[in-house]
Amino acid sequence: MCSTCGCGGEDVSTRVTLIEGHTHDHDHPHEHSHEHPHEHGTRTVLLEQDILAKNDLLAAGTRRHLTDHAITAINLMSSPGSGKTTLLERTITDLDGRRETLVIEGDQETWLDAQRIRSTGSKVVQINTGAGCHLDAEMLDRGLAELAPPDGSLVFVENVGNLVCPALFDLGESARVVIISVTEGADKPAKYPYMFRTADLVLLNKVDLLPYVDFDVDLCLELIHRVKPDVELLPVSATRGDGLDAWHEWLANRSAATALRSGYRPPG
Amino acid sequence: MHELAITESIVDAIVEKIGDGPVAAVRLEIGRLSGVVTDSIRFCFEIVAGGTGLEGARLDIDEPSGRAYCRNCRLEFTLDDPIMLCDCGSADLDVLAGRELRIISVEVR
Repeated sequence: MCSTCGCGGEDVSTRVTLIEGHTHDHDHPHEHSHEHPHEHGTRTVLLEQDILAKNDLLAAGTRRHLTDHAITAINLMSSPGSGKTTLLERTITDLDGRRETLVIEGDQETWLDAQRIRSTGSKVVQINTGAGCHLDAEMLDRGLAELAPPDGSLVFVENVGNLVCPALFDLGESARVVIISVTEGADKPAKYPYMFRTADLVLLNKVDLLPYVDFDVDLCLELIHRVKPDVELLPVSATRGDGLDAWHEWLANRSAATALRSGYRPPG
Repeated sequence: MHELAITESIVDAIVEKIGDGPVAAVRLEIGRLSGVVTDSIRFCFEIVAGGTGLEGARLDIDEPSGRAYCRNCRLEFTLDDPIMLCDCGSADLDVLAGRELRIISVEVR
């Protein structure tokens, strides 16, 4: 079994697709010799290396490349149904072409989210992870190669909806945004502390629904701060528009920081 | 189930380093604050190692406890709970240990 993508056969693998483009499946030359162990003396070989060294090395290369080209990549993570895609549609529509914005969509199956993004006019690449539950640095590397974002652009990476697995995998992104919506339990930050601990920003989405749901905002914010004391927090509604000015300001500040590091000056 | 991907990283890294020859045992260090479940690693290892030199290898996993320094009360203490709080109530901590995810060594035949 291949666990990069969780696939068990020839037909199930990570697929990277430029929507309105064509499909590339990754090569799968899994040939292993099968030798039966023999009972001889053993010797110990010290390795002393990080398990995720390969992922982290690739992520570091991606981060360097993005910074060199003044590209800001935002890794959006949440449970399924928190409103990631709706937030992206609204954000791209609000930017109205003032900023080149591109999207990498991560889902186990379907191009549905990518098609929603495509209808906003943004260039979008869909990564289907098959049985895989998260994006990793290699998938983002391939996605970016397909997306080919121009210098100075803003790239959103919508991770697979999952509050557990994506937390551990550095993609080489510029920043991590975790979204929790008020239709979920307010105790999610305590249940999934690894995810919230990695966040640079937490968006509390769907605040327009607060009058209709039993969601303890104060408890949620307290739990988030317990897990990550210095994290930034913004309440938003991607449908009604609450808090989106602050979200755009946060994005602009992030982009300005990237541009400063790279020495990039926008044309005109 | 990120343990599946983690386990393949382990097997790939070892095969890359020492080749596909037979391995009798693998020693890992998986800290208690790493977010990785060692039982799942053991389960996945049997599947992922199948057909490689690591097939049937013994898996020894050290699970170091978490240690943190509280910036508020300036004390160092042990913690294994992923909600990291000092007894003083502060979450303003430096994690010193417990997040390890390392391949320590392999015993080759």
